[in-house]
Amino acid sequence: MRRTVTGLRAWLLQRATAVYMLVFLIFFLLHFILDRPRSYAAWHGWMSAPGVSIAACVFFAALLLHAWVGVRDVFMDYVRPAALRVCALALLFLGLSATAAWVLRIFLVRSG
Amino acid sequence: MEKRRPVFFNLLQIQLPVGALTSITHRITGLLLALGIPMSVYLLDQSLQGPQSYAQITSLLDHWSMRGAAILFAWALAHHALAGVRHLLSDIDIGTQLPAARRSAWIVNLGGVALALVAAGAWL
Repeated sequence: MRRTVTGLRAWLLQRATAVYMLVFLIFFLLHFILDRPRSYAAWHGWMSAPGVSIAACVFFAALLLHAWVGVRDVFMDYVRPAALRVCALALLFLGLSATAAWVLRIFLVRSG
Repeated sequence: MEKRRPVFFNLLQIQLPVGALTSITHRITGLLLALGIPMSVYLLDQSLQGPQSYAQITSLLDHWSMRGAAILFAWALAHHALAGVRHLLSDIDIGTQLPAARRSAWIVNLGGVALALVAAGAWL
């Protein structure tokens, strides 16, 4: 039942997350250019708006997935000893998972 | 990992055409941006904690060293995004001929620097 490893899923994931992040970044930049938040209240209010906070949450999900695929590729290319590679990938996975939990906490606690 | 792949690591003899420069820089900027994720999340966290920590973060970002780091990251992000768009276009067969690919590689390399300069102009 072993799935054939083609890398197609990683390839597709990398592109889908890239497109989403690009759209979000343009939206984020435009907001900062057109109506830059100049106080805590303005920044917190904008980030707490349902649309923005959900879009930002999805952005971080896309970012962490994109980083997983990208850094994994780099490790697979350059970290040659298998044991070291597995350790590096495990550390990467842990780091990204912890960051995901941290982001979730920010959006649940800080801008809820 | 079983297959033997050709390996050639003599950096003095490796030719680096413009497309290869775009490619390796895409990789390096990707790593740089990935390393910046914890810092960005930390800044986001602090900036949303309350008026006091928000003020701390904005004054921290005003420091010249943080501005320098921000410009470096602006370059990394600009290059990575432009190179990514170039990838997406070549996925749908746009610009895959060598002359067009060379031209777009130059556009990416210079465009990343140009956008970083715009960011520097806005922040300095």
